[in-house]
Amino acid sequence: MAAVSNQPTIDLREPGGWRRRKNQIATFVMYLAFVIILIPLGLVIFEVIAKGAKAISWQFLTNSTIPPNVMPLGQGGMGAAVVGTLEITGFAALIAVPLGILGAVYIGEYGGKSWLAKVVSFMADVMVGVPSIVMGLFIFTVWVIPRGLNGLSGLAGSLALACLMLPLIIRSTYEMLRLVPNHLREASYALGATKSRVTLTVVLPAALSGIVSGSLLAIARAAGETAPLLFTIGAVESTNTNLFSGATTALPAQIFTNALSPYVGAEDRAWGAALTLIAIAFILLFVARIVTARFTRYAR
Amino acid sequence: MDQPEQKIKLTLPETTVEAAEKKDDGFTGASVFEAKNVSIYYSAFRAVTDVSLTIHENEITAFIGPSGCGKTTVLRTLNRMNDLIVGARVEGDIHYRGASLYERSVSPTAVRRRIGMVFQKPNPFPKSIYDNIAYGPRINGIRNKGRLDEIVERSLRQAALWDEVKDRLNKSALGISGGQQQRLCIARTLSVEPDVILMDEPCSALDPIATGRIEDLMHEIKSRYTIVIVTHNMQQATRVSDRTAFYSVLRDDKSDTRTGVLVEYGRTAQIFEDPHDTRTQAYVTGRVG
Repeated sequence: MAAVSNQPTIDLREPGGWRRRKNQIATFVMYLAFVIILIPLGLVIFEVIAKGAKAISWQFLTNSTIPPNVMPLGQGGMGAAVVGTLEITGFAALIAVPLGILGAVYIGEYGGKSWLAKVVSFMADVMVGVPSIVMGLFIFTVWVIPRGLNGLSGLAGSLALACLMLPLIIRSTYEMLRLVPNHLREASYALGATKSRVTLTVVLPAALSGIVSGSLLAIARAAGETAPLLFTIGAVESTNTNLFSGATTALPAQIFTNALSPYVGAEDRAWGAALTLIAIAFILLFVARIVTARFTRYAR
Repeated sequence: MDQPEQKIKLTLPETTVEAAEKKDDGFTGASVFEAKNVSIYYSAFRAVTDVSLTIHENEITAFIGPSGCGKTTVLRTLNRMNDLIVGARVEGDIHYRGASLYERSVSPTAVRRRIGMVFQKPNPFPKSIYDNIAYGPRINGIRNKGRLDEIVERSLRQAALWDEVKDRLNKSALGISGGQQQRLCIARTLSVEPDVILMDEPCSALDPIATGRIEDLMHEIKSRYTIVIVTHNMQQATRVSDRTAFYSVLRDDKSDTRTGVLVEYGRTAQIFEDPHDTRTQAYVTGRVG
């Protein structure tokens, strides 16, 4: 003890003055930013739960007849819209996910520097920025109008949502493929693997968790889109389980029409539908986390 | 049973000495690679110029030389790994056991099944230890579980890794140490029973103990395989190799380009003890490079 106290004390604290002050300011600003971004996120969720929770019931989620706007809460339910959203988004995913992943594999692994790969990649970039209503109008023009009233269907909605999802999936998958280190590809080639083998057994498995979460984010985003559905699915008040024929409805479309209505019952139903939609997106992302955790077991 | 094994161990360090005593016209294995006037280009840039050498069966051949001398480039042309680099081109003749490697009809995939490669950085797949080893046999169409188990055990034993990992074959290959990962990569290469193993600075990321293990391993497997190793470590070349090729960089001051050349190739002992070229002498004595 005595020997230690004989030595001059060394000041190991952070140097004072402006440098320490800068550090404190930067730290404070970061915490502040964190709190500020929580405000809109928190308020949106709080508001939707506060106003939508009272609408939620088993009947609300499953009853297939959406009541007229004047009816109060407790009559009918959003079952038709829940079924419509699941069907339309599901089928859109069925079209866009395989197509998007294959497209990204072409750009990333096969196309290389070819002009076709460049064109596809550039178009995907452009399409990410195209407003979703344009996708709706596009399908409306090329698919719905030629078929007249029969053109309005869940399938038309799926096509519009697939157009929306496709560039997002191509982009995110491509980025994930690029993150796969080249030395893994080389290890596989050095064992005598063909290019398709390398892609299927090394590159895609290594990128899988990113591809799955990117695709599910695109699906969740599409599930909440209103604009592409406005021109494509009609908006009926009862369940239509047939995706390929006849007008149908979906949660975003119902939120839109009910929220525009002046009646209290309709507005409550709109909040309820909004909460249902958020819950669907939440479940989807939750499932994505579990799935990716399973697939990336060996990545650590 | 223990006695002869110990004896083998003791004689190991003397292999290079024995090799040195043999004259060049003494016993040598059949030639595996014969390169004649090989130049390698990356687009317009000539990385290596005019390399001619013969690599012999069941020998360890070391490529040494300063950075940028093209030793790795030459190594990667031996199993057509350079095909993966856009713009890479080979001129001249490389024969592998009598067949021209760069003939139009030759499939790089078929070449690489016979000529495996171990890389500088250990690069196990993000899969289980078992699946890493079974990967090669599987892409060659072996599906039978019993057969795969057998191959995995044999390959890991050959790579002296079995005892360390046998209880965690289903754990991630990324969870073992760097030295173990590199031996896993060697085991993975051995799993497809190649004819030749190319090693690109396999120990440069490893500590001396792990390096020693891999060198022992090379001695043990050389009776069945032909090995070509690129190394920065001259002691390593003297410890493991039968023959050494010394490469150097040729600078062209006018166009400010550098290209790799093969300066001298011979028995390892001759290269290190009695180099014929002054550049080799300067390098192996540590005055240059």
